[in-house]
Amino acid sequence: MLKRKDMLGLIDATADEIYEILETAGNMKKLVKQGIKKLPHLEGCTATILFYENSTRTRTSFELAAKYMGATTINISAGSSSVAKGETLVDTGKTLDAQKNDFIIIRHPMGGAPYLLAKTVKASVLNAGDGMNEHPTQGLLDMLTMKEKFGKIEGLKVAILGDIKHSRVAKSDLFGLKKLGADVRMYAPETLIPKGIDKLGAKLCSSREEAVDGADVVMGLRIQLERQQAGNFPSLAEYADFYGVDDKILSYANPNAIIMHPGPVNRGVELTSAMIDHDNSRIEDQVLSGVAVRMALLFLLQQYRKSLK
Amino acid sequence: MIIKNGNVVLENGVAKKDILIENGKITKIADEITGVGETLDASGLYVFPGLIDMHVHLREPGFEHKEDIESGSKAAVKGGFTQICCMPNTDPVADNKVVVSYIRNRGKEVGLCKVHPIGAITKGLKGEFLADVGEMKKVGAVAISDDGKTVKSTRLMRLAMEYASGFNIKCLCHCEDADLVDGGVVNEGFNSTLAGLKGIQRAAEDIVIARDIALAESLDVPVHICHVSTHSGVRLIRDAKRAGVKVTAETCPHYFALTDDVIRDFNTNTKVNPPIREEVDKQAILEGLKDGTLDCIVTDHAPHHADDKNVEYNLAAFGISGIETSFSLAITHLYKTGLLTLPEIAQRMSLNPAQILGLEGGKIEEGGVADLMLASLEEEWTVKADELVSKGKNTPFDGCKLTGVVKATIVDGKVVYNA
Repeated sequence: MLKRKDMLGLIDATADEIYEILETAGNMKKLVKQGIKKLPHLEGCTATILFYENSTRTRTSFELAAKYMGATTINISAGSSSVAKGETLVDTGKTLDAQKNDFIIIRHPMGGAPYLLAKTVKASVLNAGDGMNEHPTQGLLDMLTMKEKFGKIEGLKVAILGDIKHSRVAKSDLFGLKKLGADVRMYAPETLIPKGIDKLGAKLCSSREEAVDGADVVMGLRIQLERQQAGNFPSLAEYADFYGVDDKILSYANPNAIIMHPGPVNRGVELTSAMIDHDNSRIEDQVLSGVAVRMALLFLLQQYRKSLK
Repeated sequence: MIIKNGNVVLENGVAKKDILIENGKITKIADEITGVGETLDASGLYVFPGLIDMHVHLREPGFEHKEDIESGSKAAVKGGFTQICCMPNTDPVADNKVVVSYIRNRGKEVGLCKVHPIGAITKGLKGEFLADVGEMKKVGAVAISDDGKTVKSTRLMRLAMEYASGFNIKCLCHCEDADLVDGGVVNEGFNSTLAGLKGIQRAAEDIVIARDIALAESLDVPVHICHVSTHSGVRLIRDAKRAGVKVTAETCPHYFALTDDVIRDFNTNTKVNPPIREEVDKQAILEGLKDGTLDCIVTDHAPHHADDKNVEYNLAAFGISGIETSFSLAITHLYKTGLLTLPEIAQRMSLNPAQILGLEGGKIEEGGVADLMLASLEEEWTVKADELVSKGKNTPFDGCKLTGVVKATIVDGKVVYNA
């Protein structure tokens, strides 16, 4: 059984923990697919969704997951709360704790913020993305989608292309995938490769073709417009030309390879529209996996909370 | 007063001597001195020249919730320091004779260690106009610095170094290319990637070290480089010294005792500028201390209130409260490891700072000022952040076991701290 108060990152998750979450999430996904969206496991629980950054996909995914599990949910955005009046994260955390929240789901533009919150509160903290650090539920949902397609993660060849440096998704994917024995290749403009990422087990490739060669999974990462403005690469057109995925690049992959992207996609930049709408695209499946993984995590963390009482 | 039976750390070795102190001066050093009056038994202890920290932040005036001259002085004498030099980034900034006088006088009023103000290079630390260097020197400023910031304009920095040399006062240079730092908070490398925190390249420091060395060489004036943290910075300074450039340099205990592995759990007490770097840098800093490339060990004592640190890593203030751990870190990491001898430690923590800034003290000699420090070099202790005397509890060494304990600090022949 998952024995942890918080889910802050996959950096310290064990392979067993990841398998347990994926297995539970697989079951949740089946239920949701069958239209069963009212489960009793989190009845009487409160989950606060505390977002210091804009998000549609992750926010709604967490909110639906909590609601499907029977929890009451509260949404707080940085712009519309005491946060905007200058309250510190620690004080906000103490307030939410005093209100007897069971879960705090936090997204924050700064790496490590969920760790600070988790140290402060009794509630279970789920990291919904912190700066350039981690996005563990995205890593888990990516693995769920891969596992459902291929039956296993071990030995899978996963090519990740794009802004690795600023991507918390790439890091959580890397941590999780390496723990389960996948072969992770990365390719990006030199300005967008963080120092030492190879020491974490990523194979740094010198071309798209090398990264995608024989790959089972081809994943594009979202490029933020401000990265171009900051001078990391000259133009979106050049980015698409050298780092984007089209059918020609996909042809180097395993014929069964799936196409993934954490979204939202810049059409024609990271992936061509043909890739996004490809039969082997799993971008929409990733979204459903996201709800399932978050349901599973809330459930498992709640089981642990109950076991302590 | 007679200090009896101590192992006295002299310039060229350690000898068991008695020291006679009269009227604030050392009047006799001999194998045995007998006489009437107060004696201090130093059996089993080592007697060092009073330590001199040429780089601290006392926060007064303006930020007394972080530290003030009294609390900083108390912490300093507990750390074995008899003289400290405080940076001008106060509020108001110490960029004029009024604030400089205030700091100097307040230090005297507190009356523990000698507090020497460092004046600003530019008015308001804004990097636009020179501060009144001569006026500040007249009322006690021992150096000028825009510490915390680099004087961005190379033209202005040139003028500052040139003008200050006419007053025989040095520029202490905080070397940081802010454009390249661009919001970074930790060293850029494996650990910044692991923690997902924005990194700071070594080049951000090295570029300005190289610039200021180039100015010093070109103008043939002295320059002092603050808190060196990079292996490449050490090399730049070593090469410059070999070429005869009048450059001196300092480093801090956190750069020779730690690597950036400590940032991994987002402990904001590890956030400091320049950042704690990697093993290769730590080794180069140790080497630089050994071969004299790095002249001094300073603390860059930067006390902060808990509220400044109990926030997200990106938002936390830069700085380490270091004045109470510096000596023990030097003993633990430099002496006990066999890297430096005790006279070498005394040189880097007392004599060299004195000579760079033209202060009295720095060595134990007949006729010299009786600024001394007594320490046990066997005793171990565990750092407890909440037991620090400084108002700043922001130490990355909380829970660390260190060797070397300051037992007494003597300023002008007066015991100002006694453990």
